[in-house]
Amino acid sequence: MTDILQKIPEPGDVDQAMTDEKKIISIDDVSIHYGAFKAVQNVSLDIAQNKVTAFIGPSGCGKSTVLRSINRMNDLIPSASITGKIFFDGHDMYESSVDPVLVRREIGMVFQKPNPFPKSIYENIAWGARIHGFRGDMDELVETSLRQAALWDEVKDKLKQSGLSLSGGQQQRLCIARTIAVEPKIILMDEPASALDPIATGRIEELILELKEDYTIIIVTHNMGQASRVSDYTAFFMVDENRSGYLQEFNITEHLFLNPKHRRTEEYISGKFG
Amino acid sequence: MDITTHFPTGKIAHERAMRRKRIGYVWQILFIFATVIAILFLAILLVSIIDSVFGYAVMADTLPVPTLIEGRESLDELTRPELESLLKENLSRGMLRKVTYDKALEDRDGNDLKALVEQYVIQPQVLRTWGLWASLTEQEEIRKFAEEHPGSYIMFRNWMTPSFIIAAQSSNPLIAGIRTAFLGSMWVLLVTFLFSFPFGIGAALYLEEYARKTRLTKIMQLNIFNLSAIPSIIYGLLGLAFFVRVLEPFTSGAVFTAGEAAVANGRTILSGGLTLGLLVLPIIIINTQEAIKAVPDSLRQSSFGLGATKWQTIWHHVLPASIGRILTGAILAMSRALGETAPLVVIGASTFISVDPTGVFSKFTTLPIQIYQWSARPQGAYRNIAAAAIISLLVLLLVVNSSAIIMRDRITKKKRLER
Repeated sequence: MTDILQKIPEPGDVDQAMTDEKKIISIDDVSIHYGAFKAVQNVSLDIAQNKVTAFIGPSGCGKSTVLRSINRMNDLIPSASITGKIFFDGHDMYESSVDPVLVRREIGMVFQKPNPFPKSIYENIAWGARIHGFRGDMDELVETSLRQAALWDEVKDKLKQSGLSLSGGQQQRLCIARTIAVEPKIILMDEPASALDPIATGRIEELILELKEDYTIIIVTHNMGQASRVSDYTAFFMVDENRSGYLQEFNITEHLFLNPKHRRTEEYISGKFG
Repeated sequence: MDITTHFPTGKIAHERAMRRKRIGYVWQILFIFATVIAILFLAILLVSIIDSVFGYAVMADTLPVPTLIEGRESLDELTRPELESLLKENLSRGMLRKVTYDKALEDRDGNDLKALVEQYVIQPQVLRTWGLWASLTEQEEIRKFAEEHPGSYIMFRNWMTPSFIIAAQSSNPLIAGIRTAFLGSMWVLLVTFLFSFPFGIGAALYLEEYARKTRLTKIMQLNIFNLSAIPSIIYGLLGLAFFVRVLEPFTSGAVFTAGEAAVANGRTILSGGLTLGLLVLPIIIINTQEAIKAVPDSLRQSSFGLGATKWQTIWHHVLPASIGRILTGAILAMSRALGETAPLVVIGASTFISVDPTGVFSKFTTLPIQIYQWSARPQGAYRNIAAAAIISLLVLLLVVNSSAIIMRDRITKKKRLER
């Protein structure tokens, strides 16, 4: 405990901390509706490049909704509509000239439940690359992707087997390998370890820390420990009396967990509700 | 302090448990009874068909062998020159020309000549037939019947012979076969499949994957459900009005080949196949929709998440995951089309036709229509060949269904190996 306390920087303003970072995503006053229901209201936050940002908060607070709006997966829900702007590398992603298909190659996604394709392990990796017109050595791409996802040693002898024959944790790492095979800049993870056992969860967390060298990662999690272990920044979302989510607090992870500014944040991270 | 409970205890609890078990037994017996009844009726159906396929027939020759050539009792005793001369003497010139046009008498073998003599010269007639059960139990009566008709003889007949399958339709039940009707059924089924399968899958894909769930699509959906429940004869009337009459230049083939139009008019295989196609289209749409709905959404999500387009997602993930179920439904729909009679009667499928269909613009008959027509005839022998045709139809349905199931299993198995 004393070790950790010594590492903590002085509690500071988040805006000050962010000025040192290169911002890859800027969410600017975003509200998201499902039909008439306002799921998320007026969220503004920046995502730092090559850092891990965690979204935490109670159920129904809209953290997954915000996550899915970053790579325009919400477009697939017919009733969803968005106001505000999300800038990716300085470009507004919701401009009419932007093709969501291309956005999703740059901003990949890993889902809550491992969902490999019902194809071979090799095909799981190769398919995404192929549809985007990959011209290089496919075998090499499959190997490097699986190595990056720390899965190569376990599956190198059974690349022709079904992706569904793997264990849950392996499947989730296969999904991560599949995502990084198309060379995204950002990886969105929607509770990637919530369906896994503690050991598999530990491996995913290790992997996230390795991957942030090359990618920017945004992770939604219900697990407070996980958020504090893997993330550099944490955004705490809350839900108001209209069941509409909003951003309560955003800060460097250590500050948010040890020095929450808001009473609700403190209550949530100390387990009083949620 | 006693622990009080609101639940019965001891003996009462035991009795209650026994009573609940007894109620369960009663239901179980009822379910077994229902199953037995169903199987019983199926068995009765099969037995009654098989009963009609075998049995004694009392026959009489129009020109018995002894009256043709003195001293000969049966066809087998005749020599080859005798057979040839019999044919030349007794056949009308036109018939002889037709026979020799097919193959010269000199080139035909002995059995072939005998069959010709039997068919055209001796011309056996069926006086009366008995089913298998009656043949075993009423032999006395059969013998008496034969004695009452001089010149007649008793013969045990199997009506379901190989020649019955390959022979063309004929007005003589002894030589009539189902080839014409079988080919007609196959042609109609081909047209039905080519029409309903792509359109059915296309419509289902649109409704499930593309269309927004608006009031309009809900109404469309409701109507598709209604269409699948409309009696088939209504489709027949639609087919008659639209395919046979309005589209006559097209369905008769007049647009493509000027000459044949007057002969065929619109009552062709094309019209029949399209009518049955309309009939099974809603079934295929609904089934394909169900198959597509069963594909987990996580599969689509992961595909979209990688930056796939809608079509790539459908083609690479949704269709491969649902094709087994889509095919099963399509096959069941084809079985339904194979057995349909009413709409084809309405659009005017020929009830008697002895010429094989040669293409989609041919006149046609199908197996169910053939069965219907034969079973409606008063002469007993027709009922026997109707039974034989029913068996052929059942076997055909069995073959279609099982081959399709095997094919589907192969596809799913292959897919499993690819995983």
